[in-house]
Amino acid sequence: MANWIPLWLHKLSSPPVFYRFAGRWRPWAIALALVLGIVALYGGLVLAPPDYQQGDDYRIIFIHVPCAWMSLFVYAIMGVASFIALVWRIKLAEVVAMASAPIGASFTFITLVTGSLWGARMWGTWWTWDARLTSELVLLFLYLGVIALCHSFEDRRQGARTAAFLALIGIVNVPIVEFSVNWWNTLHQGSTIRLLGPSSIAPSMIWPLLTMTVATKSYYIASLFGRTRTDLLALESGKDWVRQIAENEARA
Amino acid sequence: MAVLRRDLTLAWRQRGDMALPVLYALIVTSLFPFALGPEDALLRRIAGGVVLVTVLLAMLLAMDAMFRSDIEDGSLEQLMLAPQPLALMLGMKILAHWLATAVPLIVIAPLLAGMLHLPTPVMPVLLLALLLATPLLSLLGGVLVALTAGTRRSGMLLALMLLPLCVPVVIFAAGALAAAQEGLPWIAPIAWLGAALVLAVVLAPLACATALRIALDS
Repeated sequence: MANWIPLWLHKLSSPPVFYRFAGRWRPWAIALALVLGIVALYGGLVLAPPDYQQGDDYRIIFIHVPCAWMSLFVYAIMGVASFIALVWRIKLAEVVAMASAPIGASFTFITLVTGSLWGARMWGTWWTWDARLTSELVLLFLYLGVIALCHSFEDRRQGARTAAFLALIGIVNVPIVEFSVNWWNTLHQGSTIRLLGPSSIAPSMIWPLLTMTVATKSYYIASLFGRTRTDLLALESGKDWVRQIAENEARA
Repeated sequence: MAVLRRDLTLAWRQRGDMALPVLYALIVTSLFPFALGPEDALLRRIAGGVVLVTVLLAMLLAMDAMFRSDIEDGSLEQLMLAPQPLALMLGMKILAHWLATAVPLIVIAPLLAGMLHLPTPVMPVLLLALLLATPLLSLLGGVLVALTAGTRRSGMLLALMLLPLCVPVVIFAAGALAAAQEGLPWIAPIAWLGAALVLAVVLAPLACATALRIALDS
């Protein structure tokens, strides 16, 4: 039977093993993010034809939409990691959840900034209290709350566990906010890309968008691995494996 | 029940603290006409929302103190060790806090609304919305206060954490007020608030107990 998958996951959750694993894969993730990002930018900014209504202004979606997806995706990862951290008390899950928060917050921030740059040209205003904009802003506040709560404890692990609980509350809250602000006010356009069924967007525009999505994902992995490695070193600073790494580096 | 009686007695012994949020709400509301100009039509239009947000801010001001004294003198740890279910006792503490801070605010809300010329027919809707929204905020706030129990500075942090949670509450309460002001049926958003309150009454004390155990677990 496929017994090796749980075994492998179990081993991976040990800090020294994950430290080495992340160190091995991080350069590849960075390289993949860079290559795909450049290809997607070239495809989006040069190859894709201008939109018949919005001209060249629409090209900001090649940044905006992947970042918006990532802002939710990272929150989902953070929520799952928080759940694992609270239920099974796995140290690695705490670190992953807390390392995800600043990355997700930056993606949310980029989404808001690019969105308002586009809104200034298309809607004639930098900001409007539309449903999606408001929920994205609330998402940013959720991220900031998690980060702030995590750092307000002196004990790192306790801070991480408390913030993980807040992240779980946030996961319940996101759909409620989404529903309530939709009921309140909506201006944002509907989705044009669907996983199932035909998308209402031209193929020459969709491939750079999807490439950029993969690029942002691998950037997230690279950044997450880097942050997790440093956090693990700081958290385990008294342990033997950290001392060995430090001694090896001092010798080299 | 003993927890409830003890907390209410404590609150009553320090009546000055109870008056503080009320004074705060009074001051904030009286600043609005100065800032926006004293035209009746404008004030009438914003009155409901202003009273709602003011009450919310006043509650936030008092929320920080919900478990403060109990953490300082160690009685919260005693509660956590007690054989009775922690969630039930925390629920009682939240109820006591709501009675001590929110009820005076609700009592004074018609005065605040009157200062801003809220039309009289809307007044019952305002009171109903506040009656449902303030316990909801107390319960949500209780969970967050429990999370920050282990930290020293928590005022600004609490505001940052509460904002995403109170967005839906404000939207529905203000939605009911706006509908009532335009003479439309306002029962739907009130019903939503009521449903959320029922859910929170059941779940929030449990979440509060879990949060407290995590935050003080060391």
